[in-house]
Amino acid sequence: MSPALASRFFTTSATWKTRTVNFITHDDKILRERFCHQSPHGNLFGVQVQYKHLIELLKRTAIHGESNSILIIGPRGSGKTMLINHALKELMEIEGVSENILQVHLNGLLQINDKIALKEITRQLNLENVVGDKVFGSFAENLSFLLEALKKGDRTSSCPVIFILDEFDLFAHHKNQTLLYNLLDISQSAQTPVVIIGLTCRLDILELLEKRVKSRFSHRQIHLMNSFSFPQYLKIFKEQLSLPSVFPEEIFAEKWNENVQSLSEDRSVKEVLQKHFNVSKNLRSLHMLLMLALNRVTPSHPFITAADLMEANQLCSMDSKGNIVHGLSVLEICLIIAMKHLNDIYEEEPFNFQMVYNEFQKFVQRKAHSVYNFEKPVVMKAFEHLQQLELIRPMERTSVNAQREYQLMKLLLDNTQIMNALQKYPNCPTDVRQWATSSLSWL
Amino acid sequence: MMAAARWRVYVVRPLLRWAGRKVWLLTDYGDTLGAGLQRLARNFLFSTFFPFLVRLPFRRLCEPGSCKKSPPGAGRFAAVPRALEAGTLEGGLRPSPASFGARYSQYLYLGPISCKEKYSFQLPEQYREMSMKREGYSTEIHIQVGQFVLIEGDDDENPYVAKLVELFEDDSELYSKKRARVQWFIRFCEVPVCKQHLLGRKPGTQEIFWYDNPTCNSNISVETIIGSVRVVALAPDEVMPIDLKNKKTFFVKLSWNEKKFKPLPPEVFAQLNKLQEDNHRYQKPMQAKTKSAESPSWTTTEHAVKRIESRHSTSKSRHTASHPVTPRARKRLELSSFPRTPNTRISPAASCASLDSPGRMKRKVAFSEVMSPSKRSLPDGFQTSSPALKAPEKTGEIQHSCTKDAKKTSPDHGMILRARAPALKITETSEERTLTPIGGGRKSSVVPSVILKPEYIKRREGKEPEVQDEAPSTSRIRRKSSVLTLNRIRQQLRFLGNSKSDENDEEFLPAAEISDCDSEEEEASTTPLPRRTPNSVSRNLRSSMKSSLQTPSKTPKKTPEPRTPRDATPRIRSRNLTAQGPTNMLEEARLRLHVAAVPESLPCREQEFQDIYNFVESKLLDQTGGCMYISGVPGTGKTATVHEVICCLQQAAQANEVPPFQYIEVNGMKLTEPHQVYVQILQKLTGKRATANHAAALLAKRFCTQGSSQETTVLLVDELDLLWTQKQDVMYNLFDWPTHKEARLVVLTIANTMDLPERIMMNRVSSRLGLTRMCFQPYTHSQLRQILLSRLRHVKAFEDDAIQLVARKVAALSGDARRCLDICRRATEICEFSCQKPDSPGLVTTAHLLEAIDEMFSSSYITAIKNSSFLEQSFLRAILAEFRRSGLEEATFQQVYIQHVALCRMEGLPYPTMSETMAVCSRLGACRLLLVEPSRNDVLRRVRLNVSQDDVLYALKEE
Repeated sequence: MSPALASRFFTTSATWKTRTVNFITHDDKILRERFCHQSPHGNLFGVQVQYKHLIELLKRTAIHGESNSILIIGPRGSGKTMLINHALKELMEIEGVSENILQVHLNGLLQINDKIALKEITRQLNLENVVGDKVFGSFAENLSFLLEALKKGDRTSSCPVIFILDEFDLFAHHKNQTLLYNLLDISQSAQTPVVIIGLTCRLDILELLEKRVKSRFSHRQIHLMNSFSFPQYLKIFKEQLSLPSVFPEEIFAEKWNENVQSLSEDRSVKEVLQKHFNVSKNLRSLHMLLMLALNRVTPSHPFITAADLMEANQLCSMDSKGNIVHGLSVLEICLIIAMKHLNDIYEEEPFNFQMVYNEFQKFVQRKAHSVYNFEKPVVMKAFEHLQQLELIRPMERTSVNAQREYQLMKLLLDNTQIMNALQKYPNCPTDVRQWATSSLSWL
Repeated sequence: MMAAARWRVYVVRPLLRWAGRKVWLLTDYGDTLGAGLQRLARNFLFSTFFPFLVRLPFRRLCEPGSCKKSPPGAGRFAAVPRALEAGTLEGGLRPSPASFGARYSQYLYLGPISCKEKYSFQLPEQYREMSMKREGYSTEIHIQVGQFVLIEGDDDENPYVAKLVELFEDDSELYSKKRARVQWFIRFCEVPVCKQHLLGRKPGTQEIFWYDNPTCNSNISVETIIGSVRVVALAPDEVMPIDLKNKKTFFVKLSWNEKKFKPLPPEVFAQLNKLQEDNHRYQKPMQAKTKSAESPSWTTTEHAVKRIESRHSTSKSRHTASHPVTPRARKRLELSSFPRTPNTRISPAASCASLDSPGRMKRKVAFSEVMSPSKRSLPDGFQTSSPALKAPEKTGEIQHSCTKDAKKTSPDHGMILRARAPALKITETSEERTLTPIGGGRKSSVVPSVILKPEYIKRREGKEPEVQDEAPSTSRIRRKSSVLTLNRIRQQLRFLGNSKSDENDEEFLPAAEISDCDSEEEEASTTPLPRRTPNSVSRNLRSSMKSSLQTPSKTPKKTPEPRTPRDATPRIRSRNLTAQGPTNMLEEARLRLHVAAVPESLPCREQEFQDIYNFVESKLLDQTGGCMYISGVPGTGKTATVHEVICCLQQAAQANEVPPFQYIEVNGMKLTEPHQVYVQILQKLTGKRATANHAAALLAKRFCTQGSSQETTVLLVDELDLLWTQKQDVMYNLFDWPTHKEARLVVLTIANTMDLPERIMMNRVSSRLGLTRMCFQPYTHSQLRQILLSRLRHVKAFEDDAIQLVARKVAALSGDARRCLDICRRATEICEFSCQKPDSPGLVTTAHLLEAIDEMFSSSYITAIKNSSFLEQSFLRAILAEFRRSGLEEATFQQVYIQHVALCRMEGLPYPTMSETMAVCSRLGACRLLLVEPSRNDVLRRVRLNVSQDDVLYALKEE
């Protein structure tokens, strides 16, 4: 359904219009939630085998009291957390399981050392040394208390504990890997049934584990690799953008879904998606793209169009530094060009302000009419501004008494970036542009 | 009594925790002696010990008229000294449970209190004697007040010892109406482990300690009394009799106040001796020599104080009559409830005095201590030292509790308020009417911590409802009135209405307490330990114990870390749905193949088993000690073998083939820090808790001194390398102890590396370790096969070839039995998945095993590259191209980017922007296909491949 059609459809009735606003805010909400939260309600794509492996494992722990350990490995955005959330959701729906299972969620970014992690585990298990939200006792006491607690349990009578360690690799950096050793040791001994689930994006995770820790790990690994092809990607795109059938206004949902269907068949949309797919198979980046497109939906523009997607894609693939260069003054551009020439001449050797200034002076002397001959302090200021923008970077740290003119710098821009930025730079003096293309032009 | 004693000194503590200093209140008799007290105080006390001392003329309070004239609160107040004079007040003032944040107190006294009819206090009937008749025994045991009794606790072997102070009936008690008030004694084993060293010597077998902890609940149900016992007080210099056969005789020599052991206060001593003499049923074993035996270490102040006290020994002994301890059984509960001692206690006399002699007292008795630090010195010898008012960490809390105090409206408060602000009178009176003997129903929700704890209790012991009722509140009387405070109090009174507590916690302390150092006091106060019986009587009734609270030192806590739920049992919730057993062959096999499954025997380690067994057995038989070092790569059965050895030896010990021994296991990995090993060993050895240093000292004492241990100790130290410290003192000690003949310690150490002693140990350490080494070789394929077969003996789930395959594969990889078992377990799962009929899955074949092995050991790099996006792949290509160009294995991102752009142009791809490429690079770096420098280097970050170039090429070529 084209935008024109849509507008005609909706303008037939004024009330329609107000209601559309509601639908749009509603569908906005649904989709935004889908894109921004890792809700366990979404569908899983292409990970059925892995899912089955995980859910069977969890079930065995929950029902048979079998201890296990498993790693879920996959690049960022490949759906590791979604997989585990799905599995946990399904597990909890099994009768009699939800009240017979304890979950402990840890994140390597939050529990940055074993002490904090132990407190958190104890807190989440709600052991008896927890009062309110506080865990009492020293690190050593907490450790022995927790170990004692877990040791007392046995396969048949204790509540199984599911440990979920997000950013598992960070736990491997803890001192002596005490936490991992102990958790994995429990999973390998006749104590409270536990299942240790590690989520990580590092493929070399096993190399991080100490040998005795590694030996206690069961070496079960689930790899999530985004192993879908473009047709599947297209399908995911469609599914992600479609509204659920329970949407309050069915007609609108139908129209919306029709539009999504037609979008997925549109050639330019396919091109955009293909381009996006080539850059990243990550579903999160797809969500980003769709989010940007979704932001353009308004009551007067109720459906996503191919143009929206193209624009969103442009936003996604924008070069951030190129954009910064756009906002520079002519003087600063000149300095960057001077640096570029210096790089060409000295083959990426670092330069200092004086060299850049000299180069700039040479250009100004030649083409005095095109660029105003700024005084040295002004040029210095511009130079410092570039440094603040991190377009140039000092080689070593700035010391207080170092002469700033002679501090060695490196340019953090690529030649192509500079040239591209210059092309788009508004009102760039021709001489400057010429100077940029050839350092010898002044000869 | 009165005549003999010209004046007496009480130190009353609600000692404000405020500012980490105490406020002491001295009360004396007779106005005429004010000067004497002043002198005393000036000379000894003020300067050094008392930041805040208030003297009260006692007589005034005791005049009957004052009671009548003054409002009800004052009358009650006045009754205390009167009761004291009459010698009938057992313990007029006692602390009540309170949280550290909010306190309330109560006081109530028993005995002839003239004004008692005036108030609706429920006074219990008192008894002189109780008689017990046990089932199965024909004789009745009569126990009189004043005798010593055993009280059942959580340990049947060691019941609590206490002195019966009072017997009474309490109708307000729900469960047991017959109550007793006792003064507790504490056994050495009940002293927190970490404090036991403070004794500085070995305790006598029957030695007990006067438990000087006023915070401890002393009100018990009569039913808990088991029988009578004899307690003999010994002078500090007397030798502890050891040869006494009578198990029912205890000796008390010291008092324990949760902080330190002290000689018995003389008045206590005298009292105990007196009781002993009175006790015709027992003969006195060793008579205490002199009452005056005082340890020379006592401070001059104490001396002085004691001298003062000695004149009033009678009254004093009354004060120390009993001391509240709660049987252990209740300790748990109490831990979680509120401290019953408010840190601030005020003598009623003090407030009275302030009423009576406003001029002199300068109206200092007020609630406002907290708020008016400016008033620190007063004329007339009343000193408030500024440190007392300095805000400690607890300031907020105290202020809080202060305001709370006010709300809690003790009668004292009321009185003072009235004295000062007549308008308050009505409120106050009405409040008093609402006082019920039962302290229940008071819940203070003012202080958050207060709320927390009852919840905690509820969670743990849902069955004890009273506990929650005993909400913490405190009343403290603050000296130094300030209008501000007064207003606040007034507001609070108004606000509070009927809901607060009537009780006022008061306590008299003997002057000896003066010697307590403030810091101690502070420490104690910040962590007051509540102890309370589950079915505790109303505080009013218990208050008759108050006088007992004066002992030389007081600490409101019993355990070293009072706020820690120390007695929490480590345990995971149990499931209500029982775990299912295996339902088919594969599940059965999986269960048996779990590493955790304990096999009937350990195959393939017979030789090692025998060696270790012989070693330990010979040491046991010889009653000597020794060390053994066991090494081997992970998963070779080191720990399992040692466990089996110990298990066999324990069986042998039971059959009396070898001497009995004690087995302790520590694991370096299960310690947070190497020195914690001492703590663990000590705890497993004796059940005591101590700090690492202290534990080391105790262990050294145990292992290095003559004849200290009766039986051999076998110590297994797993993951020995984790015990390495810079000084190697931990390892040194572990290996040094067995060299002592008396230690009779066998140390078995386990680590992974064979040459650990040579590599990381100093010579003196490795020399002590000795040369008894054993190395567990990795399992060979035939051994692994045997292990698998033995586990699957009666379960036909695997094809023979499959077992052969996995054994060979693992033997070639690592020889790790755990791996072998895990692979097989995974293979059973794969078999189950792939099987069509879920009921009767077939055997696990080599195909399944290969799949499992593949899953576990195949590198995922190639799959990862294959599944990466097109741009990522081309970035990898660009890296390869750049490497080839430069001939180096490392390139900056910028260089790779140039290559990448060129590549994309060649392949007709859209120009990759820098940002996109950077994101690609970061993604590859995050999953460690690339090793990249931190991103602050931006385009200059160096990039390296984490996979071999061939692998990358292979993965990319596949496409």
